[in-house]
Amino acid sequence: MTATVENNTPKAVETARSAGRFLFIAAVVLICAWVLVPIYLLMVNTLSSPQEVTGFPKTGIPSFDFSSIQFFISFAGVAKALWNSVLVAVLTMILSIGIGAPAGYALSRFDFPGKEAFRMLVVMTRAFPLPLLALPLAVLFIRSGLDDTAIGLAIVHTVLAIPFAVLITFSLFSGIPLELEEAAWTLGCNRWQAFQKVVLPLVLPGIAASAVFAFTISWNEVFAAAVLTIENRTLPAFLVQNLNVSPLHLKFAGGAAMVIPALIFIFAVRKYLFAMWGIANR
Amino acid sequence: MAEIVIKNVAKSFGSFQALHSIDLTISDQEFMVLLGASGCGKTTLLRIVAGLETPSQGEVWIGGRRVDKLPPRERGIAMVFQNYAVFPHLTVFENIAFGLRMKKLPQQEIDRRVNRTAELMHIEQLLKRYSGQLSGGQRQRVAVARALAMEPDVILMDEPLSNLDALLRLEMRAELKGVLDESKTTTIYVTHDQVEAMSLADRISVMNGGKIVQAASPVEVYRNPAARFVGSFIGNPPMNFLPAKRASNGQWQVAGLEMPGPVAGDALEFAIRPEDLTVSPDGFAATVRVVEPLGAHTLVTAEVGGKPFRAVLDSDLPVSPGDELRLSPKPDRVRWFDPETTRAV
Repeated sequence: MTATVENNTPKAVETARSAGRFLFIAAVVLICAWVLVPIYLLMVNTLSSPQEVTGFPKTGIPSFDFSSIQFFISFAGVAKALWNSVLVAVLTMILSIGIGAPAGYALSRFDFPGKEAFRMLVVMTRAFPLPLLALPLAVLFIRSGLDDTAIGLAIVHTVLAIPFAVLITFSLFSGIPLELEEAAWTLGCNRWQAFQKVVLPLVLPGIAASAVFAFTISWNEVFAAAVLTIENRTLPAFLVQNLNVSPLHLKFAGGAAMVIPALIFIFAVRKYLFAMWGIANR
Repeated sequence: MAEIVIKNVAKSFGSFQALHSIDLTISDQEFMVLLGASGCGKTTLLRIVAGLETPSQGEVWIGGRRVDKLPPRERGIAMVFQNYAVFPHLTVFENIAFGLRMKKLPQQEIDRRVNRTAELMHIEQLLKRYSGQLSGGQRQRVAVARALAMEPDVILMDEPLSNLDALLRLEMRAELKGVLDESKTTTIYVTHDQVEAMSLADRISVMNGGKIVQAASPVEVYRNPAARFVGSFIGNPPMNFLPAKRASNGQWQVAGLEMPGPVAGDALEFAIRPEDLTVSPDGFAATVRVVEPLGAHTLVTAEVGGKPFRAVLDSDLPVSPGDELRLSPKPDRVRWFDPETTRAV
């Protein structure tokens, strides 16, 4: 008995389709590898003993030796730099949400002249290369006494984070039907009460995600931090300054210390970042 | 007492004139339906009464108080939205209690009112649920209960049934009518569905192009349309129109027939509802085009004087496409419109 396979698709179409599928999978694998391989190598080397890091041949499998990490943590100045990083990042988070969320709300709820121009402008702030601004900024900061302070650096980081804060919160607020607010108004709320009792509870998770994203931007930023601070360096600036002259295994430990928190944060808020680019709206 | 008086209200959005100088009085406890096609300004008018939109000119009075400068919360209104606007982060109980908590009523009173309105809308068993766990019909019930619990002077409804499926809409319509009759509040209800309007309203305001064309009882609007638009918009199938030429004073020539009419100008438009036609030898000569048996009666689309002409006839009458019929209008049901102003003559 022979089994006949029902197949109505023309052969050419099938070939094209399977070629397309192959291209798609290849692209996915390539992009994943591009992101994952460096992270993997970083992890392997961080979790290997200093001898293994410099030795040859490589096994490619971590030996779970924590001596590099221990050395890194006890390294003079790391704790302080870490504290500075957290401080600046938290300030950035507060400032960028404090400024960005009202802007996002205004963009989603009101029609005002120059609305489109304003949206464009917000994104345009990202177009200015920081190295170009660094010198005038440094001069300005020294004159105004903001140099080498956490708040000074946080202000610069806020400028970097605001476009994202505005765009993410804009998409969040736009996802809340205006009718919900109007219903609250007719039920006895003024504008602020309606926002507080209806809109805020609904956007809070997204606001938190946007805050975390601002935190991550500040956490990862190295250029402004290196230029504008001397004594109170953040972790990335500190690492740039010190790791140049450090042994290899320490560089890996420092790299891991930078990458892991950022990775965890971005992973936690990924669905809101997708929403921002309009890929998926929950 | 909550009489609503709308005085000379107009609204424009940029260069678009959404409402032209509206005057309308809705008496206490009246059920007023604003009826019109989409874009006619009915929702804008409702939102102006609610305070969600500011009029470009004119005044709104509710219960003897001028409210057009007041925010929605100070107008003594409650509103039911087309998309229900049930708060997704609150339970049904908290949704209904929302306005009562804003009024800072004692918990006991809140419990009493929530339970009473929930019972009225048959949602007692849903009080602990969230809106995501409700069907469209249930959400609509919550929205109505939330409005009723406020015990407002005025309830405003913006196409509350348009998102429900046909069967549910029918059921909710009857229920709404009962509940709102009992609550004795003044109601403004916006819809584009003429059947809904006819069945619910004490009075219908038919709107077109930002103006109120006619405000009258449902039967009046149906029988005596004040303008051609009303006759062509209300009724399914709508009114038939034929051009009429003056034969002599008070006599008009319509599609080969001469009949008495008003004394006016040289040209008029003759109008008759499809169900006000009978088959008799002295009627219009009509060529049948389409026959649609509907059970109780048969809808016949014919051609009279080169114009489409519909008649609702007895289903016993044997008629098929291509037949020649004689359709004669019931004399007391004939209406006349001025083709220039489109107003009734």
